[in-house]
Amino acid sequence: MREMVKKATRESFGETVAQLAETDPNILVLDADLAEATKTSIFRKKFPERFIDCGIAEANMIGIAAGLAACGKTPFAASFAMFSAGRAYEQVRNSVGYPHLNVKIAGSHAGISVGEDGATHQCCEDIALMRTIPGMVVLNPADHYEMQAAVRAAAAHNGPVYIRLGRLAVDSCTQDVEAPFEIGKGITLREGDDITIIATGLLVKEALQAHKALQAAGIQARVIDMHTIKPLDRELVVKAAKETGHIVTAEEHSVIGGLGEAVCAVLSEELPTPVTRIGVNDVFGHSGPAADLLREFGLSAENIEGTVKRILKK
Amino acid sequence: MNAQERKQLQITAAKVRLGIIEGVFHAKSGHPGGSLSSAEIFTYLYCKEMHVDPQDPQNPGRDRFVLSKGHCAPGLYAALAQRGYFDENELQKLRHIGAMLQGHPDMKGTPGVDMSSGSLGQGVSAAVGMALAGKLDKASYRVYTLLGDGEIEEGQVWEAAMFAGHHKLDNLCCIVDFNGLQIDGPVAEVGGPEPIDQKFEAFGFETMAIDGNDFDEIEKALEAAKACQGKPFAIIAKTIKGKGVSFMENQAGWHGKAPNGEEYEAAMAELKKSLEVLEHA
Repeated sequence: MREMVKKATRESFGETVAQLAETDPNILVLDADLAEATKTSIFRKKFPERFIDCGIAEANMIGIAAGLAACGKTPFAASFAMFSAGRAYEQVRNSVGYPHLNVKIAGSHAGISVGEDGATHQCCEDIALMRTIPGMVVLNPADHYEMQAAVRAAAAHNGPVYIRLGRLAVDSCTQDVEAPFEIGKGITLREGDDITIIATGLLVKEALQAHKALQAAGIQARVIDMHTIKPLDRELVVKAAKETGHIVTAEEHSVIGGLGEAVCAVLSEELPTPVTRIGVNDVFGHSGPAADLLREFGLSAENIEGTVKRILKK
Repeated sequence: MNAQERKQLQITAAKVRLGIIEGVFHAKSGHPGGSLSSAEIFTYLYCKEMHVDPQDPQNPGRDRFVLSKGHCAPGLYAALAQRGYFDENELQKLRHIGAMLQGHPDMKGTPGVDMSSGSLGQGVSAAVGMALAGKLDKASYRVYTLLGDGEIEEGQVWEAAMFAGHHKLDNLCCIVDFNGLQIDGPVAEVGGPEPIDQKFEAFGFETMAIDGNDFDEIEKALEAAKACQGKPFAIIAKTIKGKGVSFMENQAGWHGKAPNGEEYEAAMAELKKSLEVLEHA
């Protein structure tokens, strides 16, 4: 078992891209004046000649990445999720998605946990936007280890990938996972038959905490880490629905268009099952310390625990 | 260029124009105006300027072209057909279900198309990325992109221009088809993109304004672009929208409209006559 590491996934991202670039000369990194924040600065320090700062011009950055990919490069283009997935959505769709170019798009400081910057920067729509693009892979790793594996898998995958990066340093929670990371394959972190919690990104850790508290109350909750939102692991979702009868999804994203809706879509087609979505409930965020905001918006172990208890009326 | 070469290019441009009308008519939609205005530019690029091989369209050392004003795909397709990338008959299937030739360029499906484009302002960024890749690889290929004068109202064009100038991408040549008209009317009235040359110069480009329907002028500008070192190059090519079909010339209404049967016959007759005159000159 690997040791517990407390690190922001953006940092694990920056380190891993820089590591991969040692053996893959085609890897380039583009940023839009946020290298220190997205942690592509780690790559910049090691490979300054392969780092391209596009300035504060995200639309152009995505287009340049497309042109580089059309010439055989593997560009990683990073900015805040609000801008790489939000502002440049149409560039990602038309210049990267439609020609299915090998561009990796990183969306950092995603979700409400950007904190003090407030609503303009709290992107809770990136997963929804990116998953509508045909052929786009959408990854939302939970911690340091999963981010390392996700970046490697993204680099090995031939086609566009969106990777969501978090700002907060978080305790790792997948250090004891032995199965190799595979795009499109969720991981069952805890077994249980009373209910299933399907969580992604920052909320995986919270789901595990909730699992522990629920266990103390005699509830056996299955916990699935859904690091890939697209393609979604339909089989695992249906199996959990069949075996546990109720699903709770948890994500640091709008309840519209994210993991929750993706799970609902699978189940309504294959095995209609009640689903309760925990996420940002169609509202904008506001400024404040990340930890307080996460609690306020219900993106916490306590809320997952309470929600499960209400569902099971225990 | 000598007289023979010029004549041959003019003949090819006339055939490109016939291909444009053929394609748009059979599609019952599409963009003849800006395709016709760019016929000489497409022809010169594919038949004289660019190092490309229709038998090896993915050659990594080839020159690249991005049609940033992607709606003028009929012109690009007609030029690609003339250059031998695919059979001319494909033009009659333009925009049809299952056809190779999409309404806007699709790099995955059409040999010779280097970048998918059509959402205005995006192609130029991809061209900048290709030029940057060439610099990083110390490759000798050049990258050409054709923009519309209405298209340059898109902010992304200037993000790309700032980047290209800042990075001194002298392997990049932007050509603006300055035909003066966009969908809603004259560009001078709708978006006011002029003065175009001075804007590119402010972003670090070397520029040249030419008559974009004149092969000698196109040659002069592209030679200047190749000779230019340390700066990207922009050619402001003044053209006539709808050029070659008298009733389409300088009419904003022919930006994105297909001719009906009668108009098709008239356009084809006029273009065939021009071609005949050239061939017998």
